[in-house]
Amino acid sequence: MFDQKKFVVSHAPFLHDESRISERSYNIMLATLPAVLFGLVHYGIPALGVVSLSISSSIIWEFLMNYVTKRPKSIGDGNAALIGLLFAMLLPATSPWWLVLTGTFVSVVIGKQIFGGIGGNPFNPALIGIAILMVSWKNFFDFDDALLNYDLGFIMVYPLAALKHFGVSAVDSFTISDLLLGRQIGAIGTTFGIGIIAGGIYLIIRGFIRWEISLSFLAGVLITAFIFNLYDSTRYAGPFFHLLTGYTLIGAFFLATEDSSSPVNFIPMFIYGAGGGIMTVLIRNIGAHVDGVVFAIILMNIANPLLDKIRPKAIGKGI
Amino acid sequence: MLKRSFIRLTKPRLKNELLQDTQTEPQKISTPKKVTLLLDNSFDQKEVFLLKEGDKVKTGRKLFLSKDSDAYVISTITGTVTSISPYTGDFGDTYTAISIVAGEEEEIDDEFEKCFKEPNLDVAKKFLACVPGNPPINLFSDSDKRINTIVICGVDSDLLITTRQYALKSDIEAIKSGILFLKKITGIDNIIMAAHRNQIQECGDTDIEIKEVNSDYPSTHPHLIMKDIMGQSVPEGRSCEDVGVCFFSAEAIAAIGNAFNHGKIPVTKNLTLVKKDGSKMMVSTRIGTPISEIFDAFDVTLNEKDRIIAGGPMTGSAVFSEDYPIQPDTDAIIVQVKDNVKKVLDNPCINCGECIRICPAKVPINMLIRFLQAGQYGMAAEQYDLFSCIECGLCSFVCISRIPIFQYIRLAKYELRSD
Repeated sequence: MFDQKKFVVSHAPFLHDESRISERSYNIMLATLPAVLFGLVHYGIPALGVVSLSISSSIIWEFLMNYVTKRPKSIGDGNAALIGLLFAMLLPATSPWWLVLTGTFVSVVIGKQIFGGIGGNPFNPALIGIAILMVSWKNFFDFDDALLNYDLGFIMVYPLAALKHFGVSAVDSFTISDLLLGRQIGAIGTTFGIGIIAGGIYLIIRGFIRWEISLSFLAGVLITAFIFNLYDSTRYAGPFFHLLTGYTLIGAFFLATEDSSSPVNFIPMFIYGAGGGIMTVLIRNIGAHVDGVVFAIILMNIANPLLDKIRPKAIGKGI
Repeated sequence: MLKRSFIRLTKPRLKNELLQDTQTEPQKISTPKKVTLLLDNSFDQKEVFLLKEGDKVKTGRKLFLSKDSDAYVISTITGTVTSISPYTGDFGDTYTAISIVAGEEEEIDDEFEKCFKEPNLDVAKKFLACVPGNPPINLFSDSDKRINTIVICGVDSDLLITTRQYALKSDIEAIKSGILFLKKITGIDNIIMAAHRNQIQECGDTDIEIKEVNSDYPSTHPHLIMKDIMGQSVPEGRSCEDVGVCFFSAEAIAAIGNAFNHGKIPVTKNLTLVKKDGSKMMVSTRIGTPISEIFDAFDVTLNEKDRIIAGGPMTGSAVFSEDYPIQPDTDAIIVQVKDNVKKVLDNPCINCGECIRICPAKVPINMLIRFLQAGQYGMAAEQYDLFSCIECGLCSFVCISRIPIFQYIRLAKYELRSD
């Protein structure tokens, strides 16, 4: 009996499609690279410092929380690094070190770990971090002020702030191709439109994000902005301006699509995405904030559990 | 074995194995030296059995332990009973394992021969409940279940298997007569054949209705056959039999046909053997043969930490010993090398939605699994459609966190049913 070979006995199914959480995290990080590298080229060493510090401190916060809460070490799944990277992409290049550290602490510890780690967070962790910083240290998110010392050879004005303070006439000089090609100032990873779109398409094709959310978010932004523009084109900018400035693109492809805080059923995904897009433009056009993506997505995160109740009837129900 | 493609915009499609035209005859292995038969009956040490160790039995002999119970097995070789012992299967199912060591010359028991000429339900129940394919004959006398339709499955229920398709192809004459006998003994005229497109021609001249089943897994699952080709969904938590439809595998029908035609109870079972390198072959062997004899015959050497699977890769069960016997419904034996054995993990659900998209029963698995992991089975059944699950295993297959979702579901169902 005892010299018998021991076989692995486990339960069905005995096949797996080989997907892993780490694969997902690293692919999303890969998809952000065009936008991040573009930001690094533009803003140089300070931007590199912010990105590096953000990623490394996120990982360290996660590791510390694993240690404190006596849970298995989860930094290997790449999710903490991804949060750090996305968080850094939303910051201006000149953010001081303590701002980054505080932000990643809020993102990883308050945004994710206290809810039980990956899969438990009701909000997008990176957005929670950025939202708290935006509310607490408003001045650091004034991109015109933060990037005062840069001259990159194009209009060194943050388009959304110009729109908010001076109206549509102030942003006439931004052409769509300028915005697409990143000839605008903004956060490290959010200015290079084509790069973000390329990354997003890569993720959609590879199935790492849900296309329904991205597309409906963009559609929500476009349609709402179009309606405002139709109503009064001297006060409200056109749809493509809203699409290509601020956090819109990164929001659609990288932030709204965060797994745990977004719905998974077909119709809820559309409502969630479209709701986020509509809220974004509403906040931008009639709200107090310059950019509305952060709060719009957090707001839709709150609605997510309720939205996801809209689901198809399972087989054999109600017969 | 099955990786996801690079482009994953659509959900992965798993195809059932289709029988190739080049399929060769099953390779027969010689009569085993020893067989073990599992009798579906709990084992009581104090009971005095009708069958004792040392009893001589002939091939086709009906073996039962006590007069009170209907349960029996059919001896598949001629020899001597060497042991009668308890055996516990999955989820605590209890069996009595009867081992028989082969004698020198094979003799056929003549009890069935005496009564096969007048086929009726009683004879079928008495002798044919454990022929290859495990026909659910006892259902017809179950007063709770009024069976009105019989579906003959010429399609295999899991990936990689071609056993039933082979029965349909190779034994169509026996199937035809099996259908006639079945009509006669049960009085049910509504018999439907489920087959893949490429096999419809082969069963063309049977006079029953033939329905096409597509080859996307899990279309061949009984619940989905009911829904897709018969247009009738089974209410959650109920079986197809509860709504009056019972499923016979093509192999079982062929066995019934052969039994009544020739007066001999079939004792050989065809099965698909998937070797370590993924190559497949059809094997024909006696029911009760230990798996090790099949491995010896076809040069499969096993190492520590390999995995042996009885049944299909999505719904079968892993066995812990090479002595595990072939059952009447073991349609496949699959061997996985150590390196191909993927471990499940205890990651939490990250809500990626892969399972939602692939679930054929539209169960909200992302929510369900949270309740199951917390042990809240009642809530899971009430609000999140636990009993709608048809047990195809696809959710675990695509789970990015590698949660053993399928096992959680089966465990929850088991716990709730045993309460």
